[in-house]
Amino acid sequence: MSDSEKKKPNRRDFILTATTAAGAVGVGAVVWPLVDQMNPDASVKALASTEVDISAVEPGQSITVLWRGKPVFIKRRTTEEIESARAVDLSELKHPEKDEDRAKNPEWLVMLGVCTHLGCVPLTDKGDYGAWFCPCHGSHYDTSGRIRKGPAPTNMEVPKYEFVNSNTIKIG
Amino acid sequence: MRKLIKLSFFFILVSSLFFTKANAAGEQHDLLEVDWSFKSFFGKFDRASLQRGYQVYTEVCASCHSLKHLSYRNLAEKGGPEFTELEAKAIASNFEVIDGPNSDGEMFERPAKLSDKFVMPYANVQEAIAANGGAYPPDMSVLVKARKGGADYIYSVLMGYDEPPAGMELDDGVYYNKYMYGNKIKMSSPLDDDIVEYSDGTKATVDQMARDVTTFLQWTAEPHLETRHKLGFRVILYLSVLTILVYFSMKKIWSRIETEV
Amino acid sequence: MSDHEYTPKSKVGKWFNDRLPLLTLANHLTEYPTPKNLNYWWTFGGILTFCLITQIITGIVLGMHYVAHADLAFQSVEHIMRDVNYGWLIRYVHANGASMFFLAVYIHIFRSLYYGSYKSPREVIWIIGMLIYFLMMATAFMGYVLPWGQMSFWGATVITNLFSAIPLVGESITNWLWGGYSVDNPTLTRFFSLHYLFPFLILGLVVLHIWALHVPGNNNPIGIDIKKPSKDTVPFHPYIVIKDAFALLIFLLIFAFFVFFSPNILGHADNYIEANPLVTPAHIVPEWYLLPFYAILRSVPDKLLGVIAMFAAIFVLVILPWLDTSKVRSTVFRPIYKQFYWFLVADVLILGYVGAMPAEGIYLLIARVATAYYFAHFLIILPFLGFKEKTTPLPLSITEPILGGSPDIVMARNNSNFKEKL
Repeated sequence: MSDSEKKKPNRRDFILTATTAAGAVGVGAVVWPLVDQMNPDASVKALASTEVDISAVEPGQSITVLWRGKPVFIKRRTTEEIESARAVDLSELKHPEKDEDRAKNPEWLVMLGVCTHLGCVPLTDKGDYGAWFCPCHGSHYDTSGRIRKGPAPTNMEVPKYEFVNSNTIKIG
Repeated sequence: MRKLIKLSFFFILVSSLFFTKANAAGEQHDLLEVDWSFKSFFGKFDRASLQRGYQVYTEVCASCHSLKHLSYRNLAEKGGPEFTELEAKAIASNFEVIDGPNSDGEMFERPAKLSDKFVMPYANVQEAIAANGGAYPPDMSVLVKARKGGADYIYSVLMGYDEPPAGMELDDGVYYNKYMYGNKIKMSSPLDDDIVEYSDGTKATVDQMARDVTTFLQWTAEPHLETRHKLGFRVILYLSVLTILVYFSMKKIWSRIETEV
Repeated sequence: MSDHEYTPKSKVGKWFNDRLPLLTLANHLTEYPTPKNLNYWWTFGGILTFCLITQIITGIVLGMHYVAHADLAFQSVEHIMRDVNYGWLIRYVHANGASMFFLAVYIHIFRSLYYGSYKSPREVIWIIGMLIYFLMMATAFMGYVLPWGQMSFWGATVITNLFSAIPLVGESITNWLWGGYSVDNPTLTRFFSLHYLFPFLILGLVVLHIWALHVPGNNNPIGIDIKKPSKDTVPFHPYIVIKDAFALLIFLLIFAFFVFFSPNILGHADNYIEANPLVTPAHIVPEWYLLPFYAILRSVPDKLLGVIAMFAAIFVLVILPWLDTSKVRSTVFRPIYKQFYWFLVADVLILGYVGAMPAEGIYLLIARVATAYYFAHFLIILPFLGFKEKTTPLPLSITEPILGGSPDIVMARNNSNFKEKL
């Protein structure tokens, strides 16, 4: 057997391997656009913020607005509700968060009205803590929107928001 | 390999057939040809020209022609005029859009945001036709792609206003244009020297404004042109390398039997 | 299906294969004995499979963003082009993919015509192929309507009006097709539904097409029956797979050139103008791949006869296996037919060209002559030629010496055929 014949299989293997590898890279690159097209598109991302007029909300009342297709609860809490939320010992909580961190302005609680269990919208002023209760699978939230009882793993999420002035909240 | 050359030759032949067909039906006048910066394989937009073109559009065209498929955010997006986000926000806030209903069930006006579509000069097509002597000023979002000849055609029409040839009768409100289909156009010449004042010091000649606004309209029609060119170059490069690899793999595999591939 | 019994090596494989013989199928497909002298014109079967899958995948993706409503369709296409991540890429691949698909199918069909692949025992493959081709035209036509531009709207109007040529019930049929008294929203929504459905019918027919192919096996450039497996054949994998892959990549390079650097050259500018039922564009032309049939339609001065001629032009292809009376498959050994073959190619190209031109004056005259020749080729020339033509001697096998010559002569002949083709 001559020298060149001995080398043949090696070189063939190298070329075939390189070809297969290069082909696989290409297939991978083709998959990405097909996956990415399902991500939020440019027009959806642009609808990031919404402004809400809260001048008509009385203490104890709450309103629900739509932001990014989800309900946002804006609750003007009474003094008792604030106090009961702040009196809770953090060690009792499944997902310990201070009320002070959840509501910068204690009078106003702004959070996504979406149960962290499986995405239902909880009922207001219901449940064992007189605050929110999710009818789907029985999660109870307190006056700070924190999970207290039931299957939900975390507190209701507080979105990014700011007070544009004393009457307007900008969410997002 | 010889067969390969023949095969690719055949493809070139077939594709050139399409090209000649696409160009077969001629215009009365050959269009003015411009060496656009976005034309070649690596073509990109001239950023400054896009920004000036936007100015020409707003100050001259926008009173009649809409850009209904564009949003103000597009002005700040990559590959376009690339205004800063603050500039784009400022531009948007010059326009009033109707929003609502509010909690009282009423529609209200507010300044436009980046996410809003370009405000249209007329509420609907009928109003646009009524206000323009029976001719509809077409939406300009994809105008460049909607005309044979593309950017060259738009530029040519803007440059093509002239005295009608002897013997041609024109009705009131109809103008002669060398390059317009049928040579009659219901839009009077929109550009005059110095009708806009460019902030970057470029002299606003008719030719300059025509180039700028055409560049701008090419972008509105193909906002992803730069990405397309860039990605296209990479894809072609990748495919070429893979083709060569596969070619040698094929030679190797077929060398196991004695037959010409 | 397989010529020999196949038993998987592993126990699990055997257990599974006894219940569902997928491994036997995979083995059949990889071992499938293929004539080793297949040239590059035979790679278009694989290329077409790729085209179909590409169209289905990109189409499903576009369907996620497209809105089938007369008021929103155009806008939703612009939304795809502007906002959806990679939307412009996916739409341009789908739109140009249709053209590439037809380019490949025409080459595939003309390859079959040249090498007599439609003849016994492959008539069923051919007929299924013609069904696929017909469904492809219907699918492409309905897909072209979806962007709801001017060409979409008026193309739909003109093509659906073909059916109004049918005596007595014509008007009822067009109204039924439209779901109204003109092309409008009901037409658009049903076209969307069918445009989504048809590719899957095509996919099913493609499976049958390949199944029917694997019964007699591939024809080959010299068109003789060969023993399988034998010295004349190679296993499909890796020999044919790698060759198909190479041809596919060349095809993809051309495809990519269109998508990235000339994405609109094969379309009509008018389709970027929103549909307007009050204004017809100055020139209505179908997409390039339908032009020959369009020319045939317009060349007949009578409405009903024009429509009949157009459908007959397709139907005549379906019965081709019985119109061609020659027993010799490959044109290589049919010197007279070879000339008529190239006349036919030229005739179809001419029909395509005049189909794009206005139907008047010299163009109309050319279209009429070309239409007459098209039918004469299939209905007069082919049946007679089979009896009259003196064919050259056939080789006994691909590898073994032929009567009065060596295999090299066959090779040289094939090569010279390519030259003539170009």
